Amino acid sequence: MTRYVIGRVLQAVVVLWAAYTLTFAILYLLPSDPMELQLAAAGLQLDSLTPEQVEAGKAQFGLDQSIGAQYWHHLWAAVQGDFGISLTQQVPVTDLIGQRIGQTLLLSASAAAVALVAGSTLAYVATFARWNPLRTFLTRLPALGASFPQFFIALFLIQFFSFQLGWFPATGTEGASSLVMPVLTISVLNSSILAQVLIKSFDETLSQAYITTARAKGLSRSAVHLRHAFRNAVLPAMTILGVIVGLTVTSAIVVETVFTREGVGKLAQEAVLSQDVPVVLAVVTIAAALFVVVNLIVDLLYPLLDPRISHTRDKVTPPEVVAV
Amino acid sequence: MSLVEIKGLDVGYVRHRAVTPAVIGLDLSVGESEVVAIVGESGSGKTSTANAIIGLLPANGRITAGSAIVDGIETAGARERTLRKLRGSVVGLIPQDPMVGLNPTKRIGAQVTEAIKLRGGTDSALDFLSQAGVPDPELRAHQYPHELSGGLRQRALIAIALAGRPKLIIADEPTSALDVTVQKRILDHLSGLVREQGISLLIITHDLAVAADRADRVIVMQGGRKIEEGDPATILRNPQDQYTRQLIAAAPRLAHAGRVVPRFDVRGEDVPDSVLTLTDVSKTFSISDQRRGRRGFNALDKVSVRVPRGRTHALVGESGCGKTTTLRIALGLESATSGSVVLDGTEISNLSWNQVRPLRRKAQLVHQDPFATLDPKFTIGQSITEPLVSFKIGNRKSRQARALELLDQVALPASYLDRLPSELSGGQRQRVAIARALALEPELLMLDEPVSALDVLVQEQILQLLADLQKNLGLSYLFVSHDLAVVAEISHTVSVMSEGKVVEEGPVAEVFTNPQSEYTQELIDAIPGRRVDAS
Repeated sequence: MTRYVIGRVLQAVVVLWAAYTLTFAILYLLPSDPMELQLAAAGLQLDSLTPEQVEAGKAQFGLDQSIGAQYWHHLWAAVQGDFGISLTQQVPVTDLIGQRIGQTLLLSASAAAVALVAGSTLAYVATFARWNPLRTFLTRLPALGASFPQFFIALFLIQFFSFQLGWFPATGTEGASSLVMPVLTISVLNSSILAQVLIKSFDETLSQAYITTARAKGLSRSAVHLRHAFRNAVLPAMTILGVIVGLTVTSAIVVETVFTREGVGKLAQEAVLSQDVPVVLAVVTIAAALFVVVNLIVDLLYPLLDPRISHTRDKVTPPEVVAV
Repeated sequence: MSLVEIKGLDVGYVRHRAVTPAVIGLDLSVGESEVVAIVGESGSGKTSTANAIIGLLPANGRITAGSAIVDGIETAGARERTLRKLRGSVVGLIPQDPMVGLNPTKRIGAQVTEAIKLRGGTDSALDFLSQAGVPDPELRAHQYPHELSGGLRQRALIAIALAGRPKLIIADEPTSALDVTVQKRILDHLSGLVREQGISLLIITHDLAVAADRADRVIVMQGGRKIEEGDPATILRNPQDQYTRQLIAAAPRLAHAGRVVPRFDVRGEDVPDSVLTLTDVSKTFSISDQRRGRRGFNALDKVSVRVPRGRTHALVGESGCGKTTTLRIALGLESATSGSVVLDGTEISNLSWNQVRPLRRKAQLVHQDPFATLDPKFTIGQSITEPLVSFKIGNRKSRQARALELLDQVALPASYLDRLPSELSGGQRQRVAIARALALEPELLMLDEPVSALDVLVQEQILQLLADLQKNLGLSYLFVSHDLAVVAEISHTVSVMSEGKVVEEGPVAEVFTNPQSEYTQELIDAIPGRRVDAS
């Protein structure tokens, strides 16, 4: 078991490093000049400086070094939690993110929780329903939910709940009521995806022979559904959890922009527009870290839920040696 | 009044608003403590009948006419609540495939206890496990299904059925997924149990021999109708219907009352040179388990096998005996730990993948499961010509001609070239698989349980086809099977394997009529169909 956990943690670290490196490479290849961006932020033109001043500036930010040296410098700093200085705002990136990450984490976590509850409930009811029209309707509902673009859902909610009913504020970060519509917007898509996967998994599980065995015992439909089908149906759907958490991060960019919430998503959107490389790099790395951690948790949960998964990875089961 | 009283029962399946009949006008009764067997091929309606009795027809299944009264309760048109009272406590079910019949995420004990609690009982699951013949029930009750062998899982399923204390147990092909000796032991045990406890038993099987051995009364079904009914001796000795006669004729062991009568006798004949020779082949897998740690597992221990040219050599044994590993090594798919493998004069045991590849033209494989062996997206023509394409033989036109020739050889019409596997029956798919194996004009066909997934009548046709092909094309076969009766029908020589070793070998006529090892004798004794002599 310990070996399995260590192995999976190391794997997670490698994935995180690869994500950082890939992002670094892509951002380096972008046709932008960090010096020019910083000067622009200070209200200066690159042309107005003498070549000596430019060289001095480059030396100050380490831009005169080779790409390899820059990469190692930034990677080592990032490991220590230092993502450098924002090019456009001239503040440490860590501070920028630190001020906003709480907002975004709250949004993401609430959205993931709502999606989890709503998605599984929908799947459970859709596969349990015996009245055919209801079953068909519930089974097709997720496809509808997954096909609405998020900005559209957001605008619809604002129009209806803020402007017409006045229940929730249309913008802002203040208070729990400002969280309701952003969370709804994100969880429509996520719960739809989860429900789709779960419904398929439920249908497959319910056609298994051991369900027949359970029914032949005389168990009620609800007992079969809950005690025999549920756990087995959830197993293949667990992989989707990682994807859903990943999606809440991407969704945060859209949602925070539309609802003008001061979060990491909005920061990322602005940073991309202004080519603020250190901020983008930091946001991508943090998103990747979140993704990796969730997947790690899912992987570690699997053996607890599925007795067939063993931790010794190189185990070869011998052909059935023991007959009765 | 009988326990089960079925009158004029029609069962149909609703598809696209049309009803496809599965059972038509069936009359059937099962008395108290009676053992009744329903025999039929796939699609005969035997399973639908069983499902109707226990109220477990699939969602689109309907009882469209007639009545089925079980223990005084009418199940036709009954509500779920009524049917639930029958299940478990009146009718217990032993499902078909023990490998998938148990919930993989629940402990064995819990699955048995659930059935006890449903009838309000407080007995221990361990009692029922030991009644079902599970050794060391305390250990097994704490384990999950994947930790048990197929035979043990089947016994756990029997324990679940017993736990409801039913008046009738329906056993749906209870042992067809198990080895012959395990099959015999489990059926013996089950028969003993129902006799002891006065439970009625309804056996659903495709195997007339199993039915004749176990039942007081046999019912033969075909195409949803009952075509014959009577006690086993009457049905076997004096079958009234043409179809029953066919079934008996197709099951050689019935015709000979469970004795295996080999078709070929090559004793005293000259042995032709070998197409394939395995000498002292050993294979060790490294396995680790939690109790004993890492160790080597000898899958094969100095196995020597010879396939003479133009003849059939059979590998016989139960699952885990090493016959499939032997086949994989002979095909060069797996490398031997030690020993030599000579295919048509070339030593292949130490060649690389690329060096073995040209030799693959000489030896081809036919798989066990005809439903999984063909790519569902390939037409039959594409499947058959794929070996030619991969060895870059001929052009489109010549390949097409060869495909037609091959279809003709396996007795399929030319029109099948553009069909998809889903349009074919199991037997037809196996013919296509054989045609594909023949495409490269191999010397040797390796046949891995080629008929074990097929119905009896189809089995016989495929065996006949293989015999004809051997005669016409001079093919050699390495035939892997667990069914001694089938082996006796097709093989000249045989190796009996057990626990990675060859325990006996020689001409089939010698080994099967005068077995020297205890194990071979045990395998022969396990062949069903000995109670009644049909001849």
